[in-house]
Amino acid sequence: LAHGAGGKATRTLVDALFLEAFRNPRLEPLGDAAELEIGCSRLALTTDSFVVTPLFFPGGDIGHLAVNGTVNDLAVSGARPLYLTAGFILEEGLPVADLVRITESMRAAADAAGITIVTGDTKVVQRGKGDGCYVNTAGIGVVEHAWRLGMDGVRPGDAVIVSGPIGDHGVTIMLARGDLGIEAENLVSDTAPLHDVVDALLLATPGVRIMRDATRGGVATVLNEIARAANVAVVVDEDAVPVRQEVRGAAELLGIDPLYVACEGRFVAVVDAAEADRAIDVLRDHPLGAHAAVIGRVAADPAGLVLLKTGFGGTRICDVLVGDPLPRIC
Amino acid sequence: MTRLVGRDLRVAGVVQGVGFRPYVHRLASRLRLSGLVGNDVGGVFIEIEGEPELVAEFLSALPRDAPARARIDRVQVTERPPRGLLGFRITTSRTGGPRATLVPADIGTCADCLRELFHPADRRYRYPFVNCAHCGPRYTIVRGVPYDRARTTMARFPMCAACAAEYSDPANRRFHAEPTCCADCGPRLLLGAAVNPLREAVARLHDGQVVAIKGLGGFHLAVLAAHPSAAATLRNRKHRPDKPFAVMAADLRQASTLCSVDELGARSLTDARRPIVLLPRLADAPVADAVAPNTNELGVMLPYTPLHHLLLHEVGEPIVLTSGNLSDEPIAHRHARSLAGVADAVLTHDRPIRAPVDDSVVRAGQVLRRARGYAPEPLVLPVRSARPVLACGAELKNTFCLVRDEHAFLSPHIGDLTDHETYTSFTKCVERFRRLFGITPRVVAHDLHPDYRSTRYAAELPGVELVGVQHHHAHVASCLAENGETGPVIGVVFDGTGYGPDGTIWGGEFLVADLTGYRRIGHLRQVPLPGGAAAIRQPWRMAAAYLPDVDLPVVHRNAWNPVVALARNGVNAPLTSSAGRLFDAAAALLDVRDVITYEGQAAIELEQRADPSTSDSYSAGTDGLVLHGEDLLRALVADRQAGVDVAVIAARFHNGLAAAVVACCAAAREETGLAAVALSGGVFQNALLLRRTAEGLRRGGFRVLTHRLVPPNDGGISLGQAAVAASRNR
Ligand SMILES: [Fe+3]
Ligand SMILES: [Mg+2]
Ligand SMILES: [Zn+2]
Ligand SMILES: [Zn+2]
Repeated sequence: LAHGAGGKATRTLVDALFLEAFRNPRLEPLGDAAELEIGCSRLALTTDSFVVTPLFFPGGDIGHLAVNGTVNDLAVSGARPLYLTAGFILEEGLPVADLVRITESMRAAADAAGITIVTGDTKVVQRGKGDGCYVNTAGIGVVEHAWRLGMDGVRPGDAVIVSGPIGDHGVTIMLARGDLGIEAENLVSDTAPLHDVVDALLLATPGVRIMRDATRGGVATVLNEIARAANVAVVVDEDAVPVRQEVRGAAELLGIDPLYVACEGRFVAVVDAAEADRAIDVLRDHPLGAHAAVIGRVAADPAGLVLLKTGFGGTRICDVLVGDPLPRIC
Repeated sequence: MTRLVGRDLRVAGVVQGVGFRPYVHRLASRLRLSGLVGNDVGGVFIEIEGEPELVAEFLSALPRDAPARARIDRVQVTERPPRGLLGFRITTSRTGGPRATLVPADIGTCADCLRELFHPADRRYRYPFVNCAHCGPRYTIVRGVPYDRARTTMARFPMCAACAAEYSDPANRRFHAEPTCCADCGPRLLLGAAVNPLREAVARLHDGQVVAIKGLGGFHLAVLAAHPSAAATLRNRKHRPDKPFAVMAADLRQASTLCSVDELGARSLTDARRPIVLLPRLADAPVADAVAPNTNELGVMLPYTPLHHLLLHEVGEPIVLTSGNLSDEPIAHRHARSLAGVADAVLTHDRPIRAPVDDSVVRAGQVLRRARGYAPEPLVLPVRSARPVLACGAELKNTFCLVRDEHAFLSPHIGDLTDHETYTSFTKCVERFRRLFGITPRVVAHDLHPDYRSTRYAAELPGVELVGVQHHHAHVASCLAENGETGPVIGVVFDGTGYGPDGTIWGGEFLVADLTGYRRIGHLRQVPLPGGAAAIRQPWRMAAAYLPDVDLPVVHRNAWNPVVALARNGVNAPLTSSAGRLFDAAAALLDVRDVITYEGQAAIELEQRADPSTSDSYSAGTDGLVLHGEDLLRALVADRQAGVDVAVIAARFHNGLAAAVVACCAAAREETGLAAVALSGGVFQNALLLRRTAEGLRRGGFRVLTHRLVPPNDGGISLGQAAVAASRNR
C-alpha cells in the first residue's frame, strides 16, 4: 500500500475499495460528514484519524488537530458540532508527559469549540509499531439551517472563496520535521475550529453552495474534488490566492506549492457570485477569516479540470497529484 | 498493329501535393500511353494502356523520375485487358475507402516561383501567395483527404480564368497545383486599414515596433534584429527573459553576415523544409544583445513563404521572427487577439490556417524540434504493427505518434502539456491526425509517470489496450526506430528527468534494450534533488546536492545550508541519476548559470563556454556500471580554485563525461557481448558531448546510433513509445 499523500492515489483507494464495499446513499456523496435524519432532527456524523510527525509543532499538536479536524468536518457540512469521541492508539514508551500535553490540548480545543468529549477508547501497541500516538475522533452535530449544501448546487459563474491564507500548517510541519535550520519564528500551524466563522457565513449568505476544509492535498485537491463532483471547471487566479510572505518563502525553499499543502483551519467555499462580496465582508469580520479572498470562479468548460491563471497570462492545468510529487520537467 | 496491354497501378507514399499527378501525366503523354491518374484516400491510382514496351518503360520510369518531394513507399501493379481508353487525363479525386494517403508537409517557395515573384513582367509580380505544384502550403491548409483544393482552406478562393487555365494545362508548372492563385483570385494581405500593408509593416519594423506576421503555421512576432531596443521590448511583452529568438535572413549571403555558415549549415538553411538552423554567431553580427543573450549561437532561417521573401527584401536587413505566443502557450494561428498586448501591428491575410505548426529547429545535422516542413510525413518503423497504435508522448516538448502497419505518423512539436491551451491543441491535433489518416487506435502507449497530462489522457481513453513504456526505454527505442533497427543495443540515455519504475527519477541510464524490452545495467550515481522541481529551475541546488561542503563563492549562500539539509534529510528530495542535473551542478559551480528561465539553459550555456580545442579530461570512477559524476565535479572545483580558465574546465568536464560513458560501454560490452550503442536523451543535443562520446565509442570499436530526423529530447519519446507498442503487437 503506497496511498497516503492525500492525492489521487488515496482517492482511487477510497473509490475502488471502500465505496465499492460499503456503497449506500448516505456514503455516496463522500462528503466530510454524513447527514442523517433521526426523528425530526438532522444530524451530521463524521470520523477522522490523525497521524502526524512530529506530535508537537509550532501552533499546535496532534490533540488540537484531532479536535479541530472533526469539528471542521462537521462545520463545513453545515452542522453545529455537539459531541466528540476520542480513541487513542499509543506506542509503548510514549512519555506520559506527552500524553498529558495532548489530552490537555484536546480539552482546551474542545472547550474553545463548544463541544464535549463524551466517550473514548485506548489501545497500546508495541514499541516500533506506531509513531508515538495516533488519535481517532468521531463527531456528531446538528444541522439547524434550512438550506441544503451539495455539489449539485455548484454552477458556472459561482465565486470560489478561501477563508484565509493557505499553506501555513503543512509548511510548518515540514519545517518542524526536517531539521533544516530555517529560521521561521512567524510560521505556525493554522489549526483552528471553523464552526463559528462558518456559522457567520451561512447566516449571512444563503447562496453558499458547498464548503470544504482544505486539509490533506490542500486547496488544489479540494478544488479538483469540486470540479469533478460538480462536473464544472474551476478557474483560479494565481495572484488572488492569499499566501503569507513567510509561507511563500519557506515553500519556495522547500520546493512545494502552497496550493497543495494541507491547512487545518481554512476552508474553501463556492458561493453564488451575487453574494461573493457579502460573503467576503462577513468572513473578514471574523478573526479566522480576516484574509478571506475570492480566488476564482466556476466555469462550464473544461469540465472536471482546475485551471490556474498565472501572472504571465498563461493558464496551467492544476491536477491532483497521483503520488508524491515527482518532477515532470525533463 | 501490336497488341495493347492494360495495367492498374496503386501508388502509396508521399504522392499528393508534390506534383505527382502532373508528373504521371507528362510521363504517360511522352510514352503515348492512354489512361488516367487520380488521388484517392489510399494515395494515387493510375490506369494505363498502350504498347507493351512503352508500358514497361512507364513502370520502370515511374519511381525513378518522380518529383524530388515525392516519396513512393509501394507500387502495386495489376494486369487487366485494355478497354480502349483515349488520351490521358487527370480525374477527380475519389473519397472513401481505407486511408493510406500521406498528407504532404509544407514546402518553402521554389526557385521558379521566386523568379516570378520578383519579375516585373510576371502576372504574379510581388504577389505574396505565389506557389506551384512544387512548393507552398500543404499540411497547414489541409482539411481532409484526398488532398485537393476543395479540401483545403483555399476552397473559399475560386480560381480566375487565368489560374484555372494553368491548373488544367498538363504542360504548366501549376497543373493541379491545389493552392494556386493570383492577385485576382487569391488571398489578400491586410494590416489594419493600411493601403499598402507590406510597406506599412516595413515602416513599423524600421520604427522599432513589434509586428505580428501571419506565416504558414501561425503568427510570428517580428522586430528588427539589429534595433537597439526592439528585441528587449519584445522579451518583456512576451515574458521570455532569456530563451534565444530566431532570426530570418533574406538569403545565404545575408545569413553569412550573422553566422559562420559551413557546408552542412548552408544545406540545412536552403533545405525546402526551411528549418531554423542553429549556427555559430559571428562576433560582429549586427544583432542586438537581447536577441540571443548568453549564447554564441544564433538560430537563423531563410524565407519560406513569398510574403517572407518580399518582407526581407523590403526591410533590407535580418529580422527577429519568433512564435506568436506568450511563453509556453501554443502559437496563435486563427487570429492575433491573444497578441494584442505584444504586437503593435498585425500583418495578416485571409487564407485560414487549418493546423498550427511551429518552426522546426536543426543543429549540426540533428533535428531538435520537428515541426513545419517535417510533419506529418511518416517515418517507417522497422516493425509492422498488427493493430493501430497511438503513442501519447511525454509532458514537455510533447509530440504524439499514430501507427498503422509500419507507418509512424509523428505529430509536429506540441509543447508543454501543463499549459491548458497547449493541452487543448494536443487533443485537437490527435483528433485531426486520426481523421486525416483514418486511424482508430486500439493500443495506446504512454509514459510511466502517473502525473503526465499525456498519461492521464491515455488512461481516460475508453476501450483501448494501454501500454506503459518507461521513459528512457522510449528514448532508446526512438533512436533504434529512426535508424531502422530493432536492437538489442547498449542504450545510453542522458536527459533531465524520467520516471523510473523504482520510484526514483532516472536520467543518466545505461540500458540493454531492443524495441520490445529493456534491462537497466547501469546509471549515474544517484543524488538527492533538493526541492524537487525547484532543483531543476535552480541549478545551484544541484551543486549543493553534489558537493555540500564545496568552498566556492556560489551565489544563494543564504539558502545553501537549508537546501543541503533538504538533501540530507530527504525532505522533498527524491533521488535522481539525471545527467542533466550533473550538467546543472557543473554550470553552477563554474558560475555559468545558477537559475534558469528555460529548459536546459545551464547545460546549453556550459557547452557554449567549453573550448573545443581542449582535449584532456577529468576522470570519473565507476563502481560496476555506476558512474561517479561527483568525481568530475570535484576535479572541476579543484581546477577552478587553481584559476584554470572556465573554457578549459568546461571542456575537460565534457571530455571526462564522454570518456566515462565510453568506459561504461566497454564494461557493458564485456557483460553483454553487444557492440552497438544508441545515444539518446536531451543531453545529447549537446554537440560537444555527442561528438566526443561518439568518437570515443567508434575508436573503441563500437557501432554508434544517433538521432538525425527525430529529436534526441522528449520530442522523440512518442516515436519510441510507438515503436515499443508496435513491436509488442507484431
Ligand atoms: Fe527525456
Ligand atoms: Mg477530515
Ligand atoms: Zn513553386
Ligand atoms: Zn488567379
